[in-house]
Formats: sequence, C-alpha cells, structure tokens
Amino acid sequence: MTVSTDRAAGAAAPSAPAAHPGRRRRSGAPGGALRTALEVLFFVGPALALFLVFVVWPIIRAAQFSLYRWKGFGPLTDFVGLDNYSTVLHNEVFTDAFTHNLFIVVGSVLLQMPLGLAIALLLNRRIRGQGLLRTIVFVPYVLAEVIASVVWLQLLQPEYGVIDSLLSSVGIAGPEQGWLGTPDYALWTVLVVLTWKYLGLAVLLFLAGLQGIPTDVVEAAQIDGASWWQVQRWITIPLLGPTLRVWAFLSMIGSLQLFDMVWVLTGGGPANSTTSMATFLVTEGTKRHNYGIAAAASVILFVVALVFALLYQLLVLRRDTHDRTRLARAGGGA
Amino acid sequence: MKRTAFIPTLVLATALAALAACGSDDGDDSADGKTVITWWHNSNNDPGKSYYEQVAKAFESDHPGVDIKIEAMQHEDMLTKLDAAFQSGDTPDVYMERGGGELADHVEAGLTKDLSESSADVISELGGSVAGWQTDGKTYALPFSVGVVGFWYNKDLLAQAGVTAMPTTWDEMDQVVGQLKAAGIEPISVGAGDKWPAAHYWYYFAVRECSHDVLTDAVTSLDFTDECFVRAGEDLEDFVGQDPFNKGFLSTEAQTGPTSASGLLVTGKVAMELQGHWEPGVMQGLTEDKVGLGDKLGWFPFPAVDGGEGDPAAALGGGDAWAVSEGAPDEAVDFVNYLLSDEVQQGFAEKDMGLPTNPAAIGSVSDPALAALLEVRDSAPYVQLYFDTAFGQSVGGAMNDEIALLFAGEASPQDIVDATQEAADAEK
Repeated sequence: MTVSTDRAAGAAAPSAPAAHPGRRRRSGAPGGALRTALEVLFFVGPALALFLVFVVWPIIRAAQFSLYRWKGFGPLTDFVGLDNYSTVLHNEVFTDAFTHNLFIVVGSVLLQMPLGLAIALLLNRRIRGQGLLRTIVFVPYVLAEVIASVVWLQLLQPEYGVIDSLLSSVGIAGPEQGWLGTPDYALWTVLVVLTWKYLGLAVLLFLAGLQGIPTDVVEAAQIDGASWWQVQRWITIPLLGPTLRVWAFLSMIGSLQLFDMVWVLTGGGPANSTTSMATFLVTEGTKRHNYGIAAAASVILFVVALVFALLYQLLVLRRDTHDRTRLARAGGGA
Repeated sequence: MKRTAFIPTLVLATALAALAACGSDDGDDSADGKTVITWWHNSNNDPGKSYYEQVAKAFESDHPGVDIKIEAMQHEDMLTKLDAAFQSGDTPDVYMERGGGELADHVEAGLTKDLSESSADVISELGGSVAGWQTDGKTYALPFSVGVVGFWYNKDLLAQAGVTAMPTTWDEMDQVVGQLKAAGIEPISVGAGDKWPAAHYWYYFAVRECSHDVLTDAVTSLDFTDECFVRAGEDLEDFVGQDPFNKGFLSTEAQTGPTSASGLLVTGKVAMELQGHWEPGVMQGLTEDKVGLGDKLGWFPFPAVDGGEGDPAAALGGGDAWAVSEGAPDEAVDFVNYLLSDEVQQGFAEKDMGLPTNPAAIGSVSDPALAALLEVRDSAPYVQLYFDTAFGQSVGGAMNDEIALLFAGEASPQDIVDATQEAADAEK
C-alpha cells in the first residue's frame, strides 16, 4: 500500500513531459495540422457549442437586458444606460443581501473547516464501521438541496415542528416566531442547515486528500517519537493544504450563489433578513417583472464571483501550483 | 477519416434542429385546414377539468372546422408558462388575465386583443365586474369569476370562546380577539411569509379609510399622498400590536401544508383567517377526506373602521378573466363569449368552480359559504381590485414587501407609503 501510492506519485511527474514527443511526431506528418485541427474540433466542438449556447450567450443577453427597462415581454426599447446598476447598488435589500452572502461565505468556511477536518481525521483511522460512518456523513450532500430544505422547513416549524417539540419537552421554549421567523436567528439557522448539508463534501474531499499524504513521512515522524496530535498538527494538516484551499474555493463560490436553500426555507424573509443576491434577482425578475434590474443584479453577482475567484486564484491557489512543481521536482530528484 | 468531421457536424445540426423545434410549435391552422384555438386554464382537477373539456366539445360541434386544444395546468405552472409565452411572443389564443397593472402592461406591449366591440353584449351583461379589466375605456378580458376577501372562521372555536355575533367594527373585532385569547385559542392565522396574505390587511384598511375617488385616482395616477394611506398603516400597526396572529406568522406560508395559514384554520389550531374566495377549496385540498371544515366554516366581511372615509360595504377582491391574444383567430373571441354565456356560467356555478359573474348564473351556486360571499360581493357599491394586481407586479411587490416589514415591526405606516410611491415613481 505504502509503496504503491509512493510510486504513483513519483511516476506522475516524469510521465507528463513524456507525452509530448509522441504527439509532436504525429503532427509532423503531411496533413497532420489539418488532422489535429479536426481532432480538436471533434473533441472540443460539442462542449464548445453547448458552452456558447448555454453559458456565453445568456451572459451576453443578461448584460444587454441590464441596460434596458424591460418587463419581460415586448421589444427592448426603453434604454436606460446604467440606471439599473445604480438602482441595484443603492437598494438596501441588495446591499443587505450581499452582506448575507459574505456572512455565509465566512461562516461556512469557519464552521465546516474545523468540523470537516475533525471528522475526516477521525474517519481516516481504522475504526469499526468506518464505511458506514463515512456514508452517514456524506448522505446529506447527496440529497437534493430543495428536498433537504423542505425537510428542515418542517423540522423547524414553530411550535409544531420536531425541533421545537423536542426543545419544549426538555423545558426550553423556542423563539416565539420560530427559528426561521425571527429576523435575528433566521440567517444563523440557514447557516446551520447549510453546514449540515455541505459538511459531507468537506469530509469527502479531506478524506481523499488524506489518502494522498505519503505514509513514510508520517512513519518517520512516529519513529522520531511524535504523538498522534503532533503528527496531525505538523504533518497531515500542512500537507492537506492544497485540498483545504480548493475546498474553501468551492465552498466560497457556492455560498455566493446561494439560492435554493434560502428560497425554500425563508424566501428571503422574515423582513428580508435572509436574502441572498440570487434570491434578490429572482424576486426582481420573475416576481416583479423588473427584468432590467434583475439582469443588472445578475451581472453584478457574476462580477463579484469572478473577482472573488480571480483574487483567490492569484493570492491563495497560486501557492499550490508552485508547491506542486517544487514537490514534483523533489520527487524526481529522489 | 471523414467520419470524424461528419459526426460533430451531425451533433451540431441535431442540436440546432432541436433548438429550432422548440421555438416553432405554433401555427393556428393545422394540416387539415381546421382553425386551431389553444386554450390555457388552471382547472386541472375534476370536476373543472372535465367540465371544460365538455364545454370545448360543445363549442366545436356548433362551429365545424374549429379545433380547441386545451392545456389544463396547475396554477403556478400556468403563470410561469404564461410569462415564458409572453417573452417568446408565442402566446396561447385564450388565456387567463388577472387584470389591473399586469393587464395594462400586456396591452401596452400589444399582446392582448381589444374585446370592447366583439364582446359588447357580454360586457354590458357583466356590468361593473369588468372594470378591473379595462384600460382607457376599452375592455381586454372578460371576468368569469370574481370574489371578495373576508374573514373565514371556525364556528366551533368562536362558540367555544363565547362569541355569539360576528364583529362589524374593529372595536368589536378587538373584543373577539380578546375573548379567543382568554379561551386559550390562537385568534387568527396569517401567511405573512408569502407577504400577500399580510398585505390584504393593509389593502382592506385602505379601502375602509380612503374614499372611492381617492382609490380610483391612486390606481391611475399612482399618487399615494392622501393621508388615508398612512392611516390605513396605523390601523394595521395597532392591530398587529395586539398580537392576534398565530405563532411564527412571519414565516407562515399561505396555503401549502398543514402548518400554512389555511392549514392552521382547517385543523382547528386557529379561529379565523382573512383570505379570498378560494379558501374553502384550498382547505378541502388540505384535508384527507377533502371536506375541509365543512359545516363548521363561516364567513364575515372585513369590519368597518371608525371615522374611515371609505364605504363600509365596499369590498376588496379580484378574479380571473378570459383574454384573447393579439393575432388569435376570430373564432377565439366567439369561444370566449361562449364561455361567459348563461349556459356555461351556470354549469361553472353548479360545480362550485368559482363565483360566476354572469347574473343569470348566480342562483346556481350551491355552496352556502360561497353563496353568502356572493351576496356581499353583489351588494357592495364597488369591488376594489387587490392593490398589488391593480398597481402591477413591480409596485405591488415593493408595497407587499414593506407591509410584511410592518408585520415584523420593522417598518412604519409612512414607510409603506414611501416605498410604494418610490416604486411607482420608477414606473412613470
């Protein structure tokens, strides 16, 4: 087990450059360039066509709609320039929604990172029923978000819901308006349900990352007398870094696009205390038929997500690409 | 190796063909020269569904060469599909309009046919009910069911609390709430999570506080400066302050499931609910045996407000109307006229599918609670269309949002007026 994973890791680095000469040889043959082009077209074409039709084109249309006042039917005639953007950015509901998104971004990482790590480290040890435990942790993630939300909505019903009934049976009264109906608790409740839902993904990714950590390093540390805690603190977690950073990235993008859970649990209420940017744009668009404003909000959401993604790539994930080349080089040298 | 290039081309071509096929599913004339009328409605359960099939068959046999294609959909699905249809311009020939600002938008975009002349006879027969579907003196849809909002109550629970007479003023209402609370019964459920059920309170207070002239003027000019709108908010604030609503009302849904506002009423958890004429049907759907509260269900109108400038008999309500899309065949107009005929409306009334607008059909309503409601509707000096419908979705949405905030104690009566005015100004 130890030897095989080790070798696989070591072999990956030299095999990558080895692929190049083969391809070069083929493209050197007469008519090779055309053939390569056809091959590229064959493999990339369908995906590219779908991407253009279902991703690029809607983005262009959204940007176009955002410059008009439009009710969702009839021709685009009422050009208003950037008015929709200023309306959205001055709208308190939208700025609050943005804050809620940030709260979920930070809250998710802060809650799920330590919890996920703890569970992954526990499940990574040899214990009885390991497979069963892993499955249980992962089940919420497999559930459709809407279904999970409907279940939680019923659990969280004020007074008659399971959670309030259980609490009252031990003498604790739930909040008067219920967990989802009290403006001060609603967003926290959503965060808790989101954590329950997505913790499984964190654990799964962390477990996969743990499998990739070479055991010889761990063994070396153990021979030097490191305790289990010390091994985790100084070896496992630092080596899990790339996985943690990729997971945080996924979690962040998911939190920025938060919609289903909020839509089912609270619809953005009570008193707009749980709106997200996505619920804002859906409300403005399909509910109020202010498609121009909704489109402006969607463009802003797109830009926010893009900026987040680029900054994260630049500041955080870049380390990993460097790390990996360094690791690969070290592996090749050994 | 030509096949490699052929396959992606084929894939692209099929994809494009599939896309094109999505958009080209119209055409009023079918291959055999028949005139096809597409008809969308939301009576997707029996008896309504089969009744409408029967009606369409009857029309087809009287009009040879006409083929009516019915699509019966669940209400929310229908709204979504209609939105998409309006966007693509591929609208059904006969469909439902709720009137007010939404209809005015459709008219402005040239999507709806003017029925003023082709349906003149029907319009004069329907009388005042048509008002909500008129803009600039022209009629664009024919209402087939118009109802009013009022308090639905559980007779047993009110009797248990010692209430013998239903309240006619808000002072009496406050007493009833007090009696119910003293008896340990939650007085009223409201689906404030969905906003519009909460907004009905404010609308109705405005109907009681504002004169008819002020309201008519506000609908056309979108001007809410009259003091009566603030007073409506103050009345509501006072009432909310008494804490008459079910626990968790801020997140309660209107009519989905047993913990919704309608669910709480039908399961006997609360005594009353302010809701539209569809309530008995909704409650029947929420019970296993499909009878709802049955004989225990009662109805009384929204009480009068002391010193209000509005007519205490005026009602808040709305309904559904048949509209014909621009470009539909002439036979579609004939069909809509037929749908409003004495014969079809009587059948509609007998099956309790709604509250008929044709005076000849009013006697045919069999449900006693609905008949009581019809009496109030027909004796009302006027029926004010729900404000959110009347003002259009954009203004209505902003208004409902702010009213829901007042229920949560986070907005003042003035805030409601300001938010509504702001959204209205953006429309101008």
